[in-house]
Amino acid sequence: MNAPSPRNIAFKGLALFLVFNILFAVAPTDGLGKLSLYNRLFQGRLRLPFGEDSAHSYNLSLFNLDAMFASHIIAAAPKSTDEFRVLTVGDSSIWGTLLRPEETLAGQLNAANLRICGRTARFYNLGYPTISLTKDLMILDYAQRYQPDLIVWGVTLEAFPRNKQLSTPLVTNNATRVDDLTRRYQTSLQADDPSLVRPNFWERTIIGQRRPLADLLRLQLYGAMWSATGIDQTYPTDYPPAQTDLTTDETFHAMQPPMLDTSQLAFDIFEAGLHTAGDVPMLIINEPMLVSSGKNSQVRYNFFYPRWVYDAYRQEMSRRAAAQHWAYLDAWNLVPADEFTNSAIHLTPAGEAMLAEQVGQIISQQSCSK
Amino acid sequence: MNFPSTLILIGLSALLGRIIWDRWRALALLGTSVLAVFAFQPALPIRGLDFWLPSLTLGLTTLCWVLTTPAPQRRWREQLPAIALLTVLPLLLGLTRYLDIPIPVTASLPPQWIQIAIFALSLASIAILLARLHLSNAALTIAFIFILLLFAVLKIPALAHETSTLLRQINQQSTTLASPLDLRWLGFSYIAFRLLHTVRDRQNGRLPDVSLPEYIIYVIFFPALSAGPIDRIERFITDLRRSPALTGTSLGLAGQRLVIGLFKKFVLADSLSLLALNSENATQVHTAGWAWVMLYAYAFQIYFDFSGYTDIAIGMGKLMGFNLPENFSAPYLKPNLTQFWNSWHITLTQWFRSYFFNPLTRWLRSSRYAWPPALLILVTQLATMLLIGFWHGVTWPFVLWGLWHGLGLFVDNRWSTLTRTHIAALSPHWQAVFNVCGVIVTFHFVALGWVFFALPSLDICFHFLRILFSQSPNH
Repeated sequence: MNAPSPRNIAFKGLALFLVFNILFAVAPTDGLGKLSLYNRLFQGRLRLPFGEDSAHSYNLSLFNLDAMFASHIIAAAPKSTDEFRVLTVGDSSIWGTLLRPEETLAGQLNAANLRICGRTARFYNLGYPTISLTKDLMILDYAQRYQPDLIVWGVTLEAFPRNKQLSTPLVTNNATRVDDLTRRYQTSLQADDPSLVRPNFWERTIIGQRRPLADLLRLQLYGAMWSATGIDQTYPTDYPPAQTDLTTDETFHAMQPPMLDTSQLAFDIFEAGLHTAGDVPMLIINEPMLVSSGKNSQVRYNFFYPRWVYDAYRQEMSRRAAAQHWAYLDAWNLVPADEFTNSAIHLTPAGEAMLAEQVGQIISQQSCSK
Repeated sequence: MNFPSTLILIGLSALLGRIIWDRWRALALLGTSVLAVFAFQPALPIRGLDFWLPSLTLGLTTLCWVLTTPAPQRRWREQLPAIALLTVLPLLLGLTRYLDIPIPVTASLPPQWIQIAIFALSLASIAILLARLHLSNAALTIAFIFILLLFAVLKIPALAHETSTLLRQINQQSTTLASPLDLRWLGFSYIAFRLLHTVRDRQNGRLPDVSLPEYIIYVIFFPALSAGPIDRIERFITDLRRSPALTGTSLGLAGQRLVIGLFKKFVLADSLSLLALNSENATQVHTAGWAWVMLYAYAFQIYFDFSGYTDIAIGMGKLMGFNLPENFSAPYLKPNLTQFWNSWHITLTQWFRSYFFNPLTRWLRSSRYAWPPALLILVTQLATMLLIGFWHGVTWPFVLWGLWHGLGLFVDNRWSTLTRTHIAALSPHWQAVFNVCGVIVTFHFVALGWVFFALPSLDICFHFLRILFSQSPNH
């Protein structure tokens, strides 16, 4: 038998590769992220995957929401009849930057072994470390399929400005989901916003999608290390502490004192977030923040907020909470300044415990009445 | 080497394979290999060192050729094109210092041109001096010891640290940052083996006559520069001197090896590296089960990485008409440790067998003391494996790794002597069972040895071993 010609092999190989690329670009591959080794071979993650130092944190940031949720412990099994399922949603302070999974708000509430309405309360950390209400809305909307009994949504003013809504890569790389949210909740997001990534035909081929595909694979592989070590972020022994000496700048995202321009804040997206839950009760927390006593602290509370804008925001939130009967906890100054870590919204384990105690008390009392 | 640079080298190999005129072929291979010595060298924190180390590689190789080539065979006039290339290429690279365009051949900005010129002149002077002297065997012994000393400086952490401190002082850089990692000399381990092989073979009168370009191409042949295999010069030059007959079959085989190698290295090994044992995760793992997973991942990662590189080197060689020797032959499927070492890093094992194990055995046998056979085997196996351990690094974990394998080979030798006739008498079915058990035991023995290979200190090694054999969920 004659040996096959290398030229023929190369030609056929290239042709097959081209065909697979075209098929990949035209075929629906949305569900690819749902294929996961987590909760089967590997332990489900206790928070959504996020990481910038994968080799050491055994974690990585990706934009495939299906894959992110499939890797989470919440996707492990259907809710049992004895479980009172509580989701905690929000930014990095809910996700728990510099905190081990058991030290986060959800972790500490789980450790409290609360029973609500005769059922065992089980808390799931669905926080994600970027600040944007649209990102929260996307996660809230996705999470409804996991049948929550209560949602705890941590927000802070920095998540509200309109220019922050499409600033997080998780949102910009999920243009189809943003379109769907815009359509269903009639939000003010613009479908033609240039920051939304809409891949063309070539970008949808295997070659074009090589990075997201590699991320999917790496997420699975890091599942082994997550299961082996229980580590999902790096914990530096020293880090720059949150800034307490501040500038005299009083602007906030182009807003100037003294009036809070609510039209520049995405309250429509916040309202959409409230609507995602339907009949499921939701507890809104105005997240604790560092109240600085350093230089220029009479002008600003911290790195994020001039005093005037934050005070006005709190008033606005309280007014809306009363008018719309939200379950609302304004925890803005609940935690003393020395219980913050590297940011004005990142808490120490002790700071997180203070918040968990308050939240635990509220949901133990209130959720059953709903 | 990353994926794009590997693809570039494969393309270059295919291009060089088309050059069939002997003279130009040798010079093209020489020029490419010289450039590769500079291009592969990683950036180093000591100023200029990532240029001087490749330059030293070329200098040392040239001097070794002078030493190992008898005067009548040197035929200087014939070597002139190679000498010109060896001089001009580094000088041209030095000139890139004065260009605004970054040239990706050197890891950082080359030193001052005048310094390179002085270095080249000094080397030329030494070469001329050596050529004029009537060198005895003692000169070759001195060269042999000098290469070993260089090896010791690079592989003994304390010496490497002292050398780094000294170089930093000369360069007026901070000595507090001195580290053995400052002296990462790419490919030196393999270069040294090839040089030692030629020096010893000259002493024994077995070295064939080779020209300067042939000798240098052999030592720094770019596909095998960073990870072997360690070819023998007499075999290599037969390929070099033969016009490459690139047929469809040979190109097909080259393509097959390259595809397999790229898949092993950049898909399997790089994926396994995410969960393979390392100094960090060794102290983080909670349970014995996951510790074994990490160890298995390491065992397969190191195999796929190393054998993948070998496949790529062999494939690139084939594209240029070279048949580089095999370095791996399904080592994890071998039923005993002796067979494992005959199929793992084969060319290294053969090198040690030729230049250390066999001479040591002969020497011990010829000594006045009548060594009992078992003791002779124990001493030679231990000494050889310890030396292979030292080749990887002179640290306590590598000492234990060498001892582990030395003792393992001794036990395997005794066991096979004791059981050979009994096993031969068994039915084929039971022989197959013994074979499978042998594969499993051998693999796990090797895998446990990797603990000492992968981890940098004995504390971490023993901590990890305790986790591997612990019962409770948290150790």
